[in-house]
Amino acid sequence: MITAGRIVRLAERDRAEVYFFLDGQICSALAGDTVLTAMLASGHALRKSEFGPEPRAGFCLMGACQDCWVWQDEGPRIRACSAFVTQGMRLHTTQPESWT
Amino acid sequence: MSETSSQRVVIVGAGPAGIRAAAALVEAGLHPVVIDEGHCAGGQIYRRPPAGFTRTAEQLYGPEAPKARALHMLFDRLAKEGRLTHCAASSVIAAQEGRLHVLGEGRVQMIGYDRLILATGASDRVAPVPGWQNAGVYSLGAAQIALKAQGVALGRRIVLMGSGPLLTLVGAQLVKAGADVAAVLDTSPWRQQMRGAVWGLAARPLVALRGMVLRARLGGRYHADVTLERIEADEQGVAAMRWRDPGGREHRTPCDMIGMGWHLRAETHLADLVGCTFTYDEQWRQWLPRTDQMGRAGNGVYLAGDGVRLLGADGAEIAGRLAAAACLADLGIPASATGVDLRKLARLERFARGLAYAFPWPAAMARALPDEAVVCRCENVTAGAVRQSVDFGGGEANRVKSLSRVGMGRCQGRYCQLAAVELVAAQAGCAADAVGRFRGQAPVRPAPVGAFLRDG
Repeated sequence: MITAGRIVRLAERDRAEVYFFLDGQICSALAGDTVLTAMLASGHALRKSEFGPEPRAGFCLMGACQDCWVWQDEGPRIRACSAFVTQGMRLHTTQPESWT
Repeated sequence: MSETSSQRVVIVGAGPAGIRAAAALVEAGLHPVVIDEGHCAGGQIYRRPPAGFTRTAEQLYGPEAPKARALHMLFDRLAKEGRLTHCAASSVIAAQEGRLHVLGEGRVQMIGYDRLILATGASDRVAPVPGWQNAGVYSLGAAQIALKAQGVALGRRIVLMGSGPLLTLVGAQLVKAGADVAAVLDTSPWRQQMRGAVWGLAARPLVALRGMVLRARLGGRYHADVTLERIEADEQGVAAMRWRDPGGREHRTPCDMIGMGWHLRAETHLADLVGCTFTYDEQWRQWLPRTDQMGRAGNGVYLAGDGVRLLGADGAEIAGRLAAAACLADLGIPASATGVDLRKLARLERFARGLAYAFPWPAAMARALPDEAVVCRCENVTAGAVRQSVDFGGGEANRVKSLSRVGMGRCQGRYCQLAAVELVAAQAGCAADAVGRFRGQAPVRPAPVGAFLRDG
């Protein structure tokens, strides 16, 4: 599967497809993808930095750097590297209005 | 139930050290509680992909596959037989008066202990390179986790940089998996690597030779003794790496992903919270908790693995057994002999010394960072801000932290502290150890307020 985002799938491509919403757009991922993998297979960033102009896309992938927190429509913020994507999940790269 | 077997022993971390410690305690008749952030046991090095992935252990772990498989099977069996309690996907965020605050599934629960074994491992030791705050810059460990646990590369065209065994290993693994690795940039000079290799060959000839074979596979992509200039970025993230070769010639390597790291940084926040004392280790250029040979830190706390001594997975397995043996001895329970393990550990220490020498921490690079370069990725605190705070308030780590906010972001200094200390030492004109270290603060992972509220 050629992805539109940052990530290149090199192995384990034979998994069931999962659909989720990224900033309101429907996107597909594979069952077993982390939220980080799923989001970066469709885009180039997870969120904007609060302290600078640059987008962020995670850093350590082991739950230590806290660079990859993203928002959901409902439910708590999640660390994208350690949560798995689920069918119908609604993810956001910016804070949704319902949060403010 | 005898008095000793009712002792509550808690292990934090289910990597090689935590698993071996747990198995030794179970063998002696105890029922340890093992708290781990992973979804299943294995740690980072022997991390397992999610259910439904099909690559074999050989494909995932290469020549280390038998060790990985043995650890996974051992832990899974003990958990299945109910001989230990496994709290998976759970983070210890605080420790107080014999109780751990454990965050999992959106709530915090308390777990009490009489003895505590910390096997918290390590993460990449990183140094800032101008532009490293941009999307597409990752740690070397991240590149390896992405490949191992997700089967993906984090970019289409990759530059790896830093120094240490992981630089070569991740490069070779990505090339083998079919990723486009444009360059592998090592800041260590050849001559220094050769001298370190002599130690390495003497202590662990097979491991050292394996490293050399992997290095050879990188071919012309590999460059030693480079100077890292800066990372270029556009609105999507990383666009190119600017670097100079030993002859001073400038290079620009277009890429959309960079993996960086200089060996490892021990994860010591919990050791700090439970009152361990620390010493500055000149060889690893970082503060490490103090223990005896067995891993005893005092007050019923034991440390094992890369969180206390950076010896890698094999050393962690041994240290896990030793920490458990120390714990059992202190409880008055007979344990198996430790002489062989102590001798093996001494050999691994010699090997690690060779590695530390061959692939040094780039202190001079950190000290020479331009003022506008970001040091703290969490809050974009710059080198200039750190230097200013030294001029204003002096060269003490925690004062610099409160004045400049370096180390106060969400990673709590895990990825900026060591470089910040070099900057402070240079500005204050003192040695790195004289700067001190950032005090650990609970919670050591961000925790949603709701997790505490629901706890009542």
